[in-house]
Amino acid sequence: MTQFAADVSSYFKRRARWSPFEIAFWIFAFASIWLFPQKHLILTETAILALFALSLDLILGYAGIISLGQAAFFGLAGYFSGLVAKYGLITDPVLALICSGLVAAALGFITSFLVLRGSDLTRLMVTLGVALMLGEVANRFSSLTGGADGLQGVTVAPIFGRFQFDIYGHTGYVYCLIVLFVCFLIARRIVYSPFGLSLRAVKGNALRSAAIAIPVYGRLVAIYTVSAFFAGIAGALLTQTTAFCSLDVLSLERSADLLLVLIIGGTGYLYGGLIGAVIYKFMQDWIAILTPQYWQFWIGFMLVLIVLVGRERMTGWNEAVRAFLVRLVSRAMARKPALGDAAPDQR
Amino acid sequence: MAILETKNLTKRFGGIVATADVTLAIEKGARHALIGPNGAGKTTVINLLSGVLKPTAGRIFLEGRDITALDPHQRVRLGMGRTFQINQLFLDLTPLETIGLAVAERLGAGADWWRQVGSRSAVTGEIAEIVERFRLGDVMHERTAILPYGKQRLLEIALAFACRLRVLLLDEPAAGVPEAERYELLATIAALPADVTVLLIEHDMDIVFSFADRISVLVNGTLFVEGTPADVARDPRVKAVYLGEELDA
Repeated sequence: MTQFAADVSSYFKRRARWSPFEIAFWIFAFASIWLFPQKHLILTETAILALFALSLDLILGYAGIISLGQAAFFGLAGYFSGLVAKYGLITDPVLALICSGLVAAALGFITSFLVLRGSDLTRLMVTLGVALMLGEVANRFSSLTGGADGLQGVTVAPIFGRFQFDIYGHTGYVYCLIVLFVCFLIARRIVYSPFGLSLRAVKGNALRSAAIAIPVYGRLVAIYTVSAFFAGIAGALLTQTTAFCSLDVLSLERSADLLLVLIIGGTGYLYGGLIGAVIYKFMQDWIAILTPQYWQFWIGFMLVLIVLVGRERMTGWNEAVRAFLVRLVSRAMARKPALGDAAPDQR
Repeated sequence: MAILETKNLTKRFGGIVATADVTLAIEKGARHALIGPNGAGKTTVINLLSGVLKPTAGRIFLEGRDITALDPHQRVRLGMGRTFQINQLFLDLTPLETIGLAVAERLGAGADWWRQVGSRSAVTGEIAEIVERFRLGDVMHERTAILPYGKQRLLEIALAFACRLRVLLLDEPAAGVPEAERYELLATIAALPADVTVLLIEHDMDIVFSFADRISVLVNGTLFVEGTPADVARDPRVKAVYLGEELDA
C-alpha cells in the first residue's frame, strides 16, 4: 500500500471514530441512572422517544424520505408486544421485543413499495394514510385490542427471568437505555458503512446515484425497513414499560411530534433525535408545570422560533449546535476534537 | 463488431418526436462524437442510452446484449455510463467519499452495512489511485459544493472512471468550464485508456475535431450524416444545416 493509500484509509477510519462529544454524551446518559433516580419515569419516556426519533432520522436525515406515518410501526409493534405478553405467547421480554421489531419491519418492507414512489408530498400522504388505516383497524377490532379503552391486562415477565419491572420505573429505564444504546450502535454502524454513504448519495442526487451503479430503489427499501424495525422496538418498549397500550400509539400526533423532535435536534447526525427528545420531553414537562392548560402554545411558539432562526436549512441548526458542543467538550477535555467537518460558523 | 448499437431508436414526448429512428453503431475503442445544433435531441439520445429514459420504440445493444429494458444502475454494472452536462455531484460529500462510493459499488461492497467505509485495503488502494490520477488530491477532503468548477468536472469524469466504464457517454464535458481550467480537463479526457469507448456530445467544434475519430451529426432527432471528421467537415449539407445555424447562434 502506498503512502497516499494509507492516508486515504486513515481518513476513513478517522471519519468513523468516536468523538469526545459522543463519549461524553453516553457517559452522561448512563450516569443519569444514578444521578436522577426520581426522574426515571420521564427518562424512560425520553429514551423511547429518542429511539423513535432515531428511526425517523435514519430515513429523513440520511435517505431524505419524509414520513408522517412512523406511528404505524410504533403502534403495530406496541400492540403486538402487548398481545403476546397478555396471552403468554412469548414470555421473555427481550425476545418479544425483537419479534415486535421484526413484525414492524415486515410492515415497513411491504409498505415501502407504496411509499417510495413519488415525491415528498406523496410520501407524506401515503405514510399518513397507512398509519390512519392501521389506527382504524385497531379501533375496529376492539375485542382484540381493547379499542378506545386500551389493551388491558398486560403483564410483562421479568427480563431474563430476573429483573422485575417496578412502579418507579428503575428497571424500565435501565432496560430502555440499554436497548436505545444497542440500537444506536447498530444505526451508527449503518451510517458509517458503504451502505450508509450510498444513502447520503441517494438523498443528495438519486439520478446521479444510479449513474454510479447504486440501486437506488433497493437501498431505499432497505433503510425504510430498518427504520420500521427501530420504530417497532420503540413502540414495544412503551408497551412493556407501561404494561398498557392504547389507540394513541397509532395517532397522527405521535408521528407529528416526532418530526418536531427532529426539527429541534436536527437531522442527519444521529444525535438529533436523542438530543431533540431530551429537550422536547423536559420542555414539555417544565412548561406543563408552569401552564398546565396551555403548554402546547409554548411548544408551538418554540417550534416557530426554531424554524425561523435556522430557516436556511433544518440542518443548519444542528451544525451550529454541534460545533458549539464540540468546542465545549473539547475545551473541557483539552483535546483536539475528531469531528472534522463540523461547521465553524455559529450565531 | 460494434460495442454499442442502437436499432431504430425512437422517443416521443406526447406529440413531439425527440429522437426519430436513430440507428447507430459505435466501434470498440472509438472516439465517437455526436454533434448537432441546439434542440437536435443529443441529450435525449444520451438519456436513452444511459437508461434514464425508456425509448418509445427501438432497441439498444451493448456488446450484442439487448439492454433496452435495464435500469440505469444495471447498465453501469455492465460497463456503460455517463457524465452529465451540468454537474450532478453529491454536494455534501467529499471527492474522496464520492469516489469511494463508486469503487465500493463496483467491487460489490456497496450494500455492506456493517463494516466501515474504507476498511478494505483493495477498496482504499483503488480510491487513492483514482484520486491521484485525476489530480484531486489537494481537494479530496473538501465538500464538493465548494470545489472550483473545473475540479468538479474532473470529479465527474473520475467517477465514470471509478465505475470502470468500458463505454463512456460524455455529455458536453467542457460546458461552462473556464478557459484556464479547460486544458487540464481535455488532457484528462485524452489520457483515457485506448480500450475505453467514448461517445462525446459537444458543442465546441475545436474539441470535437481534435478528439473524435468518427462523427455523427444529429438534426431534428434523426441521424443526418456520419463519417470521419474530414468527411463531415467537407460535407456541404452539414455546412448548410449545421454550421450555418451555428453561425446564427
